[in-house]
Amino acid sequence: MNLFTHIGRFLLMIKRMLSIPENWKMYWKELMHQCSEIGIGSLGIVAIISVFIGAVSAVQTAYQLVSPVIPKTTIAVIVRDTVILEFAPTLTSIVLAGVVGSKIASELGNMRVSEQIDALEIMGINTKAYLILPKIIAALLVIPMLVVIAAVLGIWGGRLAGAASGILSAETFDRGLAMGFMPYNVSFALAKAYTFSFIISGIPAYYGYNVQGGALEIGRSSTQAVVTSCIMILLADYLLAAILL
Amino acid sequence: MIEVKNIKKGFNGRTVIDDVSATFETGKCNLIIGSSGSGKTVLMKCIVGLFEPDEGQILYDDQSFTTMNQNERKQMRQKIGMLFQGSALFDSMTVEQNVMFPLDMFTRLSYKDKKKKVREVLDKVDLKEADKKFPAEISGGMKKRVGIARAIVLNPKYLFCDEPNSGLDPQTSLLIDKLIQDITLEYNITTVINTHDMNSVMEIGNKIVYMYQGLKEWEGSNDEIIFSKNEKLNSFIFASSFLKDAKDMRMLEAKGKIDENRDMDKLLK
Repeated sequence: MNLFTHIGRFLLMIKRMLSIPENWKMYWKELMHQCSEIGIGSLGIVAIISVFIGAVSAVQTAYQLVSPVIPKTTIAVIVRDTVILEFAPTLTSIVLAGVVGSKIASELGNMRVSEQIDALEIMGINTKAYLILPKIIAALLVIPMLVVIAAVLGIWGGRLAGAASGILSAETFDRGLAMGFMPYNVSFALAKAYTFSFIISGIPAYYGYNVQGGALEIGRSSTQAVVTSCIMILLADYLLAAILL
Repeated sequence: MIEVKNIKKGFNGRTVIDDVSATFETGKCNLIIGSSGSGKTVLMKCIVGLFEPDEGQILYDDQSFTTMNQNERKQMRQKIGMLFQGSALFDSMTVEQNVMFPLDMFTRLSYKDKKKKVREVLDKVDLKEADKKFPAEISGGMKKRVGIARAIVLNPKYLFCDEPNSGLDPQTSLLIDKLIQDITLEYNITTVINTHDMNSVMEIGNKIVYMYQGLKEWEGSNDEIIFSKNEKLNSFIFASSFLKDAKDMRMLEAKGKIDENRDMDKLLK
């Protein structure tokens, strides 16, 4: 299948997904379940990565800023802006593409191979709406929250590392954080987070839902879903930066 | 009653079923038999709408399924129950939740009523004690019975079973066959079973459609199958010498030739 066939099938999947639910209560239950799976399930890894990325960016920025005329508060400014603009939305999303994306693709792939999707279809359930839509909505709800948490923890990690290694005190870091803060950066980060959330959930759902074969194909589609999602995240990252900044 | 008229289906330019017509009657166990690759699963998937036929018509009690729109199909599918080859139970749900799922989705019953209905169908398939177990914790035969319970919980008019005996021992196979037959008679539903299990053919095959290389080769009942002169059917059904002998015996019996023990002795020699 060529690229255009995939795009066409993906768009048809999205179109078919947008239908009136058979039972709102069941869809709500599924949505809450997915919010918990994606949000709570990924919180630990997002927290660990964010703290370390913030810490490393503080130490490396300090290492590169050797001039005595540059104030130490600049380190905090750089850490804050790189974390908000790039590390929190993009890096978190790439990690989530691996964690959440592979889970979505393999879950749906397994359901397809074991005929669970066919069983739902036979019951008269729109499987695209019941299985895919709650995943995408859940991702759109919780991934931006994870990005905000990642940004806060990343900056806190930088502050902690700066103070712990004696590069700059916590007070100096706090002063730097307040210098030249642009709220638009947060909006930009959230715009990226929403775009990436759709990619992280939609692409693996497409690959998982359309698996044909057995266990080997589930593994392959899962890998392909993660690779494609990562590429799409990077492409969208560049496009959003070029358009919005 | 389900009528299949001149169904044709192919994949990637290769015809898998060609011009198949058949009638599946209400209150009977209708069997689709044939060797692997003969097109019986594709035929069943076309009937239930999992595959769109390239040509032909499918009628459920004179209502054309092939021309129905999405919403009409949704309505129709709520009258259909299906048991899948691998049971297709939802892994993350217990037996009780699996059976309750169609009730949760399509009815406004209270939890108490739903629970009562689930107990009723689990009792019917003799699985009352396994309701809190997960699919991974039960045997293949039990999974099939849960699949049957889930398929009948909404009181369907049509029941489809895709290879209900695959992977089961002969004794459990007989139990499953008996259960399907009892349900068919009790609810007076149209049951279509896809199988290559010869015990099923002889025990519950009220109506049999034999598929050979994508074509309908033969149609009849389990009584007629014994006397059929169709070579392809005979070589498929009575493949082993044991079954061949059994057929000869049954034919002789029917013709009244075995009425004395000495005739039996002669045959045995």
